[in-house]
Amino acid sequence: MNQFAISATNLVKEFKANKHVVTAINGLSLQVAPGETYGLIGPDGAGKTTTTRVILGLLSRTSGESSVLGFDSMNDMYEIRKRVGYIAQQFSLPPPLTVMENMLFFAGIHSVSSEQQKKRIPELLAFAGLSEFMNRLAGKLSGGMKKKLALACSLIHEPQVVMLDEPTLGVDPVSRREFWNLLGNLRAERGLTIFVCTHYMDEAERCTRVGLMYEGKLIVDDSPANIKRIIPGHVLEFMPSDFAAARKLCNEMDGVLEVQTYGDKLHVFVGDVAKRKPQIEAALASQGITHDNLREIEVRMEEAFISLIRRQKESVEQDGMLTQKSEMSGEI
Amino acid sequence: MQFDFQRLGALMRKETIQILRDRRFIMLFLGLTFVQLFVYSYAASRTVYHLPMAVVDQSQDPTSRSFVQALVNSQYFDATMYLDDQSQAKQAIDKSQVKAALIIPPHFAASVDQHSANFLMLLDGSDQFAVRSGYSAAGLVAQNFGLQMSAESVALTGAMPSLSDSLPINTSTQILYNPDLNDKWFVIPGIIGMILQTLAIEQAAIFLVRDREWGTMEQILATPVRQLELILSKMIPLSILCLLAFGISVGLGIFWFGVPFHGNLFLYFWLALLFLASCLGLGLVISTRATTQFEAETSSMIFMLFGLLLTGLFYPRTGMPLIPQLIGDIAPLTYFIRISRGIYMKGVGLSFVWGDALILVIYTLIVVGISSKTFKMRLD
Amino acid sequence: MSAELFVTQSQVTPILVQNLTRRFGAFTAVDDVSFSVQAGEVFGWLGPNGAGKTTTIRMLLGLIKPSSGSAFVSGFNSATQTKLVHAHVGYMSQQFTLYNDLTAMQNIRFYGGVHGLSSDELRQRISEIIQMAGLVGRENTLTGSLSGGWKQRLALGCAIVHHPKVVFLDEPTAGVDPISRRQFWELIYQMAKDGVTVLVTTHYMDEAELCQRVGFISAGRLVALDSVSQLKLTQMRGQVLEINVSDPEKAVRILKAAQQSHQVPLDEVALYGAQIHAVVPDAQEYNDAIQRLLTQDNIRVNSIEWIAPTLEDVFISSVKARVDAN
Ligand SMILES: Nc1ncnc2c1ncn2[C@@H]1O[C@H](COP(=O)(O)OP(=O)(O)OP(=O)(O)O)[C@@H](O)[C@H]1O
Ligand SMILES: Nc1ncnc2c1ncn2[C@@H]1O[C@H](COP(=O)(O)OP(=O)(O)OP(=O)(O)O)[C@@H](O)[C@H]1O
Ligand SMILES: [Mg+2]
Ligand SMILES: [Mg+2]
Repeated sequence: MNQFAISATNLVKEFKANKHVVTAINGLSLQVAPGETYGLIGPDGAGKTTTTRVILGLLSRTSGESSVLGFDSMNDMYEIRKRVGYIAQQFSLPPPLTVMENMLFFAGIHSVSSEQQKKRIPELLAFAGLSEFMNRLAGKLSGGMKKKLALACSLIHEPQVVMLDEPTLGVDPVSRREFWNLLGNLRAERGLTIFVCTHYMDEAERCTRVGLMYEGKLIVDDSPANIKRIIPGHVLEFMPSDFAAARKLCNEMDGVLEVQTYGDKLHVFVGDVAKRKPQIEAALASQGITHDNLREIEVRMEEAFISLIRRQKESVEQDGMLTQKSEMSGEI
Repeated sequence: MQFDFQRLGALMRKETIQILRDRRFIMLFLGLTFVQLFVYSYAASRTVYHLPMAVVDQSQDPTSRSFVQALVNSQYFDATMYLDDQSQAKQAIDKSQVKAALIIPPHFAASVDQHSANFLMLLDGSDQFAVRSGYSAAGLVAQNFGLQMSAESVALTGAMPSLSDSLPINTSTQILYNPDLNDKWFVIPGIIGMILQTLAIEQAAIFLVRDREWGTMEQILATPVRQLELILSKMIPLSILCLLAFGISVGLGIFWFGVPFHGNLFLYFWLALLFLASCLGLGLVISTRATTQFEAETSSMIFMLFGLLLTGLFYPRTGMPLIPQLIGDIAPLTYFIRISRGIYMKGVGLSFVWGDALILVIYTLIVVGISSKTFKMRLD
Repeated sequence: MSAELFVTQSQVTPILVQNLTRRFGAFTAVDDVSFSVQAGEVFGWLGPNGAGKTTTIRMLLGLIKPSSGSAFVSGFNSATQTKLVHAHVGYMSQQFTLYNDLTAMQNIRFYGGVHGLSSDELRQRISEIIQMAGLVGRENTLTGSLSGGWKQRLALGCAIVHHPKVVFLDEPTAGVDPISRRQFWELIYQMAKDGVTVLVTTHYMDEAELCQRVGFISAGRLVALDSVSQLKLTQMRGQVLEINVSDPEKAVRILKAAQQSHQVPLDEVALYGAQIHAVVPDAQEYNDAIQRLLTQDNIRVNSIEWIAPTLEDVFISSVKARVDAN
């Protein structure tokens, strides 16, 4: 038996398309202990979905090892599928079935006994906010409601592990919280292991561990707190009256490490808050830019993510690899 | 492999709901059955009206004129030219000026009175439709006149000689089972097979591809569902529908079109089921290749065309060049048509059709084998 | 009337919605909604799942007919002049609608062709859009095998291939990474600067802050329509305390318990990443009480600060208000 809930070692997945080999996963290793909440983040096309699919045995792997609960992804895929709840990123539930019929269908193929069904289905429907829409066809639900139904269906068999590929894509902020509360409860009650791919950095922040994937590789694998510590300096946040001018100004200032935008606010990374804060205020004033609420904020995953990816891109370019993306190399 | 009936039940319930909710599909399904049966059989009776006809009346008496008039009145013929002798008539057919030529010998009226009248009908052998309907129409009119007809088909210069085997001279066997030379009789058992093949191949392919296109496949694959369960859950409801269509078409064939069923219904049913299995298997193979419903539909259309052209449904295979014959061999319909005609029309037993039945068994094993190898429980 | 509108095209309201209602059977998805969007405006169309956002957009595009009321785009009635509407708008639907079995480039060409671009224009637009969507080197990848985020970028590109004057974006940034999300918004702003009118839906509240005006729809009814800063004043019940603590999850549990027992009049307690936002009637008054509550349970409070509410706070507050009202 493997002590890990999810494990991958030197995993490689290549797709052959267009006379090219696309290396979607390039030697990835990760371990998720039972009861952990593991968040996989990374830019578009980094290979998150592919990783999830290979681990579940939905795609074959080119080389390396992967397993869930000690079952090999390729050889024991049915054992894995019995114990795991999965939501695909671009999923769809059978549209001609109603909400209730969908729940019953997934209960049926997971061999959930009828007493259990009677108990769990109403609970899950209530959680998904779909109790009043039980008889509506899944195809006629709104985008977010479909996703919530999929979430409910993926939990019907009380899985030990859930692998969720952007589970809250299109889900509204209130429901998103409720969903995470539910996952938190399941984790506390049953030691549910959660593996989640997400673009929501506030969700990543809720994970016990976060992996940052970049071009098929895991470049960071640590707790959110430690990842945020990798980021140098402190972050000052403010809302300028003239956004573009303020951004340009800050970008050119001494001692400013990085400037990011967040909504209508600017996030300015500095080494020394006590020294730089007055300087920035003065500079803004000299340009006639007023601002609101200039304050130091805690670095969040959002800032960390952007900063890390930027640095990664720069280092790739410095390595002289320039335009050659790793996945575009290797013609057949 | 652990087969689980609860899972199969859940999957089948889903498929059944999907079928029942898809009103368009049901309409299409029934529509296709009816439309194919009616259109093909009526079209296939291919009775051609108003054949242009040359008349060589060497008798020129009231009886001969009234006979010509009777043929024209029957609507099957139009007397478009009057010629002097048989060789001119032959030329007219060769030049495609007319499709038929009527040659009435001298002293026609007298021979009619003596009940020994004779006439010759020349028919354009390159036009099978013309031959058939001209032959039977002239025969009917002649019968009313109490005449003895001798018919001959004229091959158009350069026309395919192979078609000559469907000339009246060669139709003796058909006439045996189809005394009125009624094409419906000949065609209906074939169309029943055609309907089964079209529905089964196309829908089997679409059923699986649709899940992939909707994106439901990935979600279902991530559950413990097994390959066999997944396939059966789609094939069982579809088979029931196909058998329904089969029942309807056999029923209509017997009671609406009045084509008497001579054979053993029980045997017919089992062999139809075997044929169905081979078609479903073929549909499965297509579905493993196709990624969109459109692709699946197009590929199954090809089999429908094979069905129309190369399986012997309308055009006899015996006259075909080797290549089209071999292509026709790919379609399971080729074998079932022979079985169907044998049992339905001639009332033969298994001892006569076992060869074709065996081919279908082997066929089924091969396609099911291929599809279970290529149908992956993965996305790639 | 339409002819008249056509003449005065330049002054015509790009998006005009009047008493729009749509029922599906007995269910009312959109209920008597009226609003308008001015030229060059970025209008945020927000609301919880199933509120009726997509349904409104579909009516604006003439894809479904309203049960009553009317919608005008560039002065054309969406229900009766659908073709004209389509010629003027770009639409990125919530569900992915590009052809998976075409390559990225073929999709752009297809949509450009549909909108009648000449082959020269098309050639130029294809390279612009490939560039913009960051799909350089992936022009010939089958759309079906692009990753989710790339598909979104391509879909955005196809929606604006013909330089439409009015653009409807239904959750354009769903499934897009944080960096590309920012690029999307820069693009949206660039378009608005060029005079394009944008109606956009999103569940990312940090993005919604960027809209000049926001319509908030809940259960089919328009419940607020204003600029973001005004909404924060009018829709927010209470004030927001941002709390940084050593163990946020535990702290939330403690605060929730306090909320239940009415120890502190907390309207809302929620985790934002690793921070806690607590909504109280008066920030200064309850600051100390909350701090005490947490330190009692051995939680280290790193900071507790009264902040301006984010749009997400406002969103949650007003959704909760509706739920409470029912
Ligand atoms: N079926 C496939 N055939 C060919 N290439 C593929 C296939 N599926 C994925 N890829 C490629 O693999 C790479 C990784 O894709 P993947 O979907 O795993 O990214 P992702 O990290 O999930 O991105 P996103 O956040 O945008 O969803 C991409 O280059 C993608 O084009
Ligand atoms: N064709 C339809 N038949 C029946 N109900 C429908 C139909 N289309 C939409 N609805 C219902 O109308 C309501 C509003 O749906 P809509 O898609 O507009 O929501 P939305 O605000 O876009 O939500 P989301 O944020 O989840 O995308 C939902 O309850 C949905 O189920
Ligand atoms: Mg993905
Ligand atoms: Mg929507």
